[in-house]
Amino acid sequence: MAEREQIRKPAPGKTEKEVEETPAASESGERLKAELDDLLDEIDEVLETNAEDFVRSFVQKGGE
Amino acid sequence: MAIEKICGIETEYGIVMKGVDEPNPITASSILINSYLTRLSQEGGFAHGMPRVGWDFEDESPDVDARGFSALGSLAPEVETHLVNAVLTNGARYYVDHAHPELSTPECLDARSVVVFDRAAELILAKSMVAAESILPEGQSIVVYKNNSDGKGNSYGCHENYLMDRETPFGAIVNNITPHFVTRQIFCGAGKVGCEAGYADVGFEISQRADFFEEEVGLETTLKRPIVNTRDEPHADPQKYRRLHVIIGDANMSEIATFVKVGSTAIVLAMIEDESLKREIRFMAPVASVRQVSHDLTLKRPLELVDGTKATALEIQREYFECAQKWSERHGFASVGGDDVGRLILQHWGSMLDGLESDPMSQSHVIDWVAKYRLVDGYRERHNLQWGDARLSALDLQYHDLRPEKSLAARVGLEKFCNDAEISSAMTEPPTTTRAYFRGKCLSKFASEIVAANWDSMVFDIGTDPLRRVPMMEPLRGTAAHVASVIDNSNNASELLDKLST
Repeated sequence: MAEREQIRKPAPGKTEKEVEETPAASESGERLKAELDDLLDEIDEVLETNAEDFVRSFVQKGGE
Repeated sequence: MAIEKICGIETEYGIVMKGVDEPNPITASSILINSYLTRLSQEGGFAHGMPRVGWDFEDESPDVDARGFSALGSLAPEVETHLVNAVLTNGARYYVDHAHPELSTPECLDARSVVVFDRAAELILAKSMVAAESILPEGQSIVVYKNNSDGKGNSYGCHENYLMDRETPFGAIVNNITPHFVTRQIFCGAGKVGCEAGYADVGFEISQRADFFEEEVGLETTLKRPIVNTRDEPHADPQKYRRLHVIIGDANMSEIATFVKVGSTAIVLAMIEDESLKREIRFMAPVASVRQVSHDLTLKRPLELVDGTKATALEIQREYFECAQKWSERHGFASVGGDDVGRLILQHWGSMLDGLESDPMSQSHVIDWVAKYRLVDGYRERHNLQWGDARLSALDLQYHDLRPEKSLAARVGLEKFCNDAEISSAMTEPPTTTRAYFRGKCLSKFASEIVAANWDSMVFDIGTDPLRRVPMMEPLRGTAAHVASVIDNSNNASELLDKLST
């Protein structure tokens, strides 16, 4: 329980909202954005057709 | 002076069998590996028939020595287990571990070589999938994923191994490597959609594995996983060596992430042996810190240290990095594979830290969690989805799909590091600079005369009693420089053993 509280406690001066938004605030800009857009445009063709089934049936028991 | 950080990676792969009502992952893993071995044999990859070399389970025969030969006869793999356990001509071990296919790379002299063999392992798994599909009934196939979690609380490992000097106290290793293991995930985390440790507000986290660590130090690998694993099984002269078995790592798709993960860890371990670290960094709560780092995509939340100060994961990595620069000026890079590799490690490590500091998203060409986050978050925004949507979890899984035509990691613009020719060659050719050379070359040339192989020995049957064991207790002996001409000039194992014993 102590662990959980510690993790959830945001750093001083930071709100959860800022924490969530920072990673998206990429400034290396238009090129990366354009590449990502291209990828998202074409990605549907390769994606597993039924995401729900695919994720549900992906069960891996026993390891290490 | 730090000893050479001989290293390797063992990866357990996620496996899915399609077209079967109640798939059995153990059966699927066995079919996968057997299909590969059969395919190799059909291609004529073996000069002297198909190797059916069993792994010699030394754990279960601790007193194996000259007097142990008679016992070895009962250790044929068919008797030991029905699970497949093969040794490959590149010196790797390819086997079924619990319910996963697992491939351990051969021992490598440096981090770059590990990347080559780790990528070769991916190609071996990909080829295994194709081979399996060709023998399975219509509509059935096997798919392999290089990840570490099924998103439902089940995790499987990507373990690293590093050779250490036995003289370095284990306590010093634990204290000084723990902060590296807690914080290195910022550049070698593979990223994960959702959280398996009960934090509903975490939509995406940096590490696949962080949720599964519960102890600071211990022997376990499947329950109560520790940050530092204490398994003491050197697979080498135990008087001289220790093998640090690292279980706290994600399997990386990015070659450069694998390179810096292994390279930076080798350097930190060398610095521990050389007593070159500035200070011992101690966390108030190491286990909680692992999760805190994994859950903080901003890399800005500080971790509490026992001395009352705070430091972010990035600041701690900076400290290691600056120590590494100073250490290298004084000690050179001989212990991590030489100047070229050593400089390359520092170059990529430093560049990642710089990039993460200015903007984590700038590292999508080298860091898996960043590449995955951009992809998943971009998809989420475009389709206006909530975290928790199955489509996002599907993207996560498919990032690690080892089928080239399905892999998303292959599409996100990760930088190449090794060239295709060397990766392809490493599927069958061993490294030349460790004892893996002897293992691999013997297997490709004398397979029919080899009864068993292990990391630290080979057992030959040359037709006369008893079986002949060749110990390989020194990881740096049995290299091409030592034994290439002996192997080349031997027509059979008998001649080889004669030459080796003179």
